[in-house]
Parts: sequence; structure tokens; C-alpha cells
Amino acid sequence: MAEPILVTEGLTRDFGAFRAVDSVSISIARGTITGLIGPNGAGKSTLFNMITGALAPSAGRVRLAGTDITAAPPDRLFASGLGRSFQIPRPFARMSVLENVMLAPTGQTGERIWGPFLSRRAVAAQERAIRDRAMEVLAFMTLDGLADHPAGKISGGQMKLLELARVLMGDPQVILLDEPAAGVNPTLTGTLIERIETLNAGGKTFVIIEHDMDFIMRHCDPVIALAEGRVVFEGSAAEAQASPVLREAYLGVMADG
Amino acid sequence: MIGVVSYLVFFTTVAAILAIAVLGLNLQWGNTGLFNGGVVAFFGAGAYGTLILGGTPQPDHLGGFELPYLLALLGGMAAAGALAWGVGVLTLRLRHDYLAIATFGVAVAFENLMRNAEALGGGAKGLRGFERPLREALGSGFLYNLAFLAFVLVCLVLVWRSLDRLVASPFGRLLRAIREDETAARSLGKSPARIRLTAFVTGSVIMGLSGGLYATFYAFVSPQDVLPVLTFQIWAMLIVGGAGNTRGAVMGAFLIWAAWTASGWGLSRFAPVEAQLYTGSIQYVLIGLVIVGMLLWRPQGLFPERLVVSQSGREGARSTQGERQ
Repeated sequence: MAEPILVTEGLTRDFGAFRAVDSVSISIARGTITGLIGPNGAGKSTLFNMITGALAPSAGRVRLAGTDITAAPPDRLFASGLGRSFQIPRPFARMSVLENVMLAPTGQTGERIWGPFLSRRAVAAQERAIRDRAMEVLAFMTLDGLADHPAGKISGGQMKLLELARVLMGDPQVILLDEPAAGVNPTLTGTLIERIETLNAGGKTFVIIEHDMDFIMRHCDPVIALAEGRVVFEGSAAEAQASPVLREAYLGVMADG
Repeated sequence: MIGVVSYLVFFTTVAAILAIAVLGLNLQWGNTGLFNGGVVAFFGAGAYGTLILGGTPQPDHLGGFELPYLLALLGGMAAAGALAWGVGVLTLRLRHDYLAIATFGVAVAFENLMRNAEALGGGAKGLRGFERPLREALGSGFLYNLAFLAFVLVCLVLVWRSLDRLVASPFGRLLRAIREDETAARSLGKSPARIRLTAFVTGSVIMGLSGGLYATFYAFVSPQDVLPVLTFQIWAMLIVGGAGNTRGAVMGAFLIWAAWTASGWGLSRFAPVEAQLYTGSIQYVLIGLVIVGMLLWRPQGLFPERLVVSQSGREGARSTQGERQ
């Protein structure tokens, strides 16, 4: 197995007496598209939120490329190479699509309040560079035609593409996508998948949460399955398809609920 | 004729001073989404600060530092900024209505402090003993008022242009992102707490400038100048003009101030004698109606915020819908 880039060790989260995530230790190999599946309430989102710093774990550690990032605030994680999307897209609605993307690069000189007054030239030069890069990324995500539209008025699928575009501006090593295909029409899902695969071929690691087994089996390898807060399966997509444990655990609980 | 011109100078001076405060609020609310319900506290800190620092010594209250005028004005702005920093550190974790309630409380506390702490601000009698700058050179008549108007307009244009530049910069983009979705902004590496505080303090310093100019204009300030109604007037100006648009903020200030003055004059002239006692209250009701009416029928204001688009100078594509699939 390739070197692990994102590792959790005994990650646990309690909500009162309820243990949502129970000692989850997973290892994401660099350069993979890892699928994270599990029925509703399996703890996928809680795990995701702990990795992205939105939720502090009750116990356990998270490491990104060897660095301990346990409970680091979300705003630091982006700079250390971890990007994420949201299950329900979060565009900056009353800003243009282009502005949404131009916001993302960290450490912009013009983000300091004195920047536009004291370093006018430097800010202008940086803005040109960021704008060019943003247009490239938008073109890559097939959103360049919408650059000047308010981000709140594009379709849900386009918002998912926009979220990935924003994240790409930070050039993260690992990208976590929360249900990228949910509620998106097949054409846009196809575009999204193609882009994910292109980026993956370029070296980016993806972790994708999905409900859709079919989506996971076709596009993710390896696959990790959670049920009731625990890892019930970890292996290649081929193994996942053949695994009676997984079928039983996943489909069984699905049938119940 | 000179009476009309003189009145216009007076009117424009007050409206322009208030427009500066509206620009400060626009930075906080229009750009950053911070609901400051206590505008008048920061306005008041600027007013009291300026007069205390620039006034002549008085036996019964603090003051008499006799600083050069511009220094006193800067000091008033710094006082507003310091107050905002303190309030901000304590309350900026609060959002929306909670922040509004907390800041409203600060403003009421400020008014009561000034009313009761006589050693600080002269109590209910207010602060006296301030000499308007350059009075000896310009006299105290029409010429002085004209010169002061020019000074106020210079301040207004400077603040206006600086804010336009700021809002068009990456800093402005950051403010809007935090207004729109703080969680998403954090996931993209931005730290909302620091930026919210910066915007809050900067907006309040601008309100302090407005208060300092206001106090200079009257060479006097008392608790009657820092009543909650001023906060609502300034809010009405921003809502009518258009939050997120500096031109809207300034236009709103002039429009609402004109409406306020006209309604006061109209009521005192035409309302029946029995109603005369209540003209003040009727004006409060009117300003409330204006706010509610605008929020119902034209929440974006007369001059809506413009979308920042890829080619600068082009109109925002606000009304166009994205192609839906």
C-alpha cells in the first residue's frame, strides 16, 4: 500500500450517552479515491466533521501527512492542505461565481485592511494572477460561462462544482467530498466524476462520502464502510463487491431503516 | 434669500455628518453582516471624546486638554474604536439579533453613563467649554458655517472613497464571504473572528468621526444627542439607501434627513394644536413605518448592492439567472 496521507487513530465521539463514532482507525493512502459508505446514522458525517475540525473528538487523533491535526480549527486545515465540500452546498450566494473562487487563496496581501492603501501595486498584481488562475479553474470545472452570475442563483449541481473549484484554488493534497452526487443530475455528476478522476491522476487524494453504493463501487477504490459508528469493512472495491459482511451490514441495516 | 441658503448649509452639514455614520454602519452591516444596534454609543464616544480632548478646562467635569482640533477629533475616533474593540471582543461571537441586543444595551448604558457620571461628561447638562476651531479667523457667522461644511464634505468624500476602495479589494471580498457564510469561509482558511472584529472597529471609528464632527458643529454634546432614536435614524438611512452600496448609504442619509426635517416642520405647522405635544412621537412612528415599509417592499434599498464581476465597470448581472439544468 502507498504511503498513508490521512490517518485516524481511535477516533471517537460521544453525544451524551450515545457513541456516534466508536474508535475509528482508518488510513487513507496517498493518490487514492477512497469511498466512505454506510447507512444513515453510521457516523460518516461525524467522522468527517472531526477530521475537518468542525467537531472536537472525544478521543483519538487525526494526522495529515504525518502532522497531528487533531481538533485544529477548520481555517488552519485549508492552509495545511485539506479541502472539503459540504453535503448541502454553501456558496457565497450574493457574490459572483468568480468572486467565490477568487476568495479562496490564502495569505492574499489585499486581505489585510491596509493592503489596498499601502501596497496597491502588489495587491493589483496579485489580483490579476488570482483572477487568471480562477478563470482557469472555472473553465476546468465548466463554470466559466457563469463567472459573473450570483452564486446563489446557479443550480445545485453547479454549486457542487463551484465548491470543488473553490477548494482547488488552495491546491490541497487531500479533498473530502460530502455526498457530491446527491441531488445532482446525471450530466453534472458525470462532469464532476471526470474532473475528480483527472485531478486524481494528477496526484490529488480524495475521500468521498456517498450513500449511493453504485457510485462508490464504480468510482472509488478502496472502500471503507461504517455501521453504528464502527468500521465494518475496509478493502478494495472488488473485495467490497464480493464481501458478504458488507452486503449484510450495509444492506441489512438499510433494509431495517 | 440668505436665510434659505443659510438653512441649506445647515441642513447639508448635518446630513453629511450623518452620512458618515451611515457609511460606518454600511461597512458593518452592508458588507460584513454585523447587526450593530448601538450605533449611537460609538457616535457618542466620538462626540464626547472630541469635546473632552479639545475643550477648555471646566471646573465640574473632565476635559480641558485643549488639544489641537484635528488631534482631538482623532482622539474621539480612537475612543469610539477602543469602545468598539472592547464590545467586539466580548460580543462578536454573537450573531444577528443577539449582537443587536447586546450592542443596543451598550448604547443605552452609554447614554445613562453620560447622564449620571457628571465628573466625566457633565451629566444631563452636557459638555461645555469647547471653542470651535479657527473661530477667530473665520468669525461665527455664515462664512464659518460654509467653511465647516466644506470640511465635513471633505471628510465625507475621503471616507466614501476609502471605503469604496476597501470594499473592492480582497479585504472587501473577505467581508462579503463572512456575511454570506462563515462556515464556508472557515473551510477555505479564513478566520472570521478577526475579520469581524476589524470590520466592527473600523466601522465604529467612522461613526466616531461622525460624532466628533457633530459635536464640533454644535460645540456641545449632551445625553440628548445620544438617544436610541439616532441609531434607528441611521439604520433607516442605510435601509432606504441600500445596504452594501456606499452611494445608497449617502443618498439614504440625505433623503431620510430631509424627510425627518420636513415631517417635523410639517407637523408643527399643520398638525392640530392637541397633536403638537406628540409630534416627536409621531416622527418616531413615521421612521418605524419607513423601515418596515422598505423591508417589506424593497429590502435591497433604492441603490442595491452591486455584484462584483470579472470586467470592472460592467453592471452587475444581478437579475440574470444562471442557466438551470
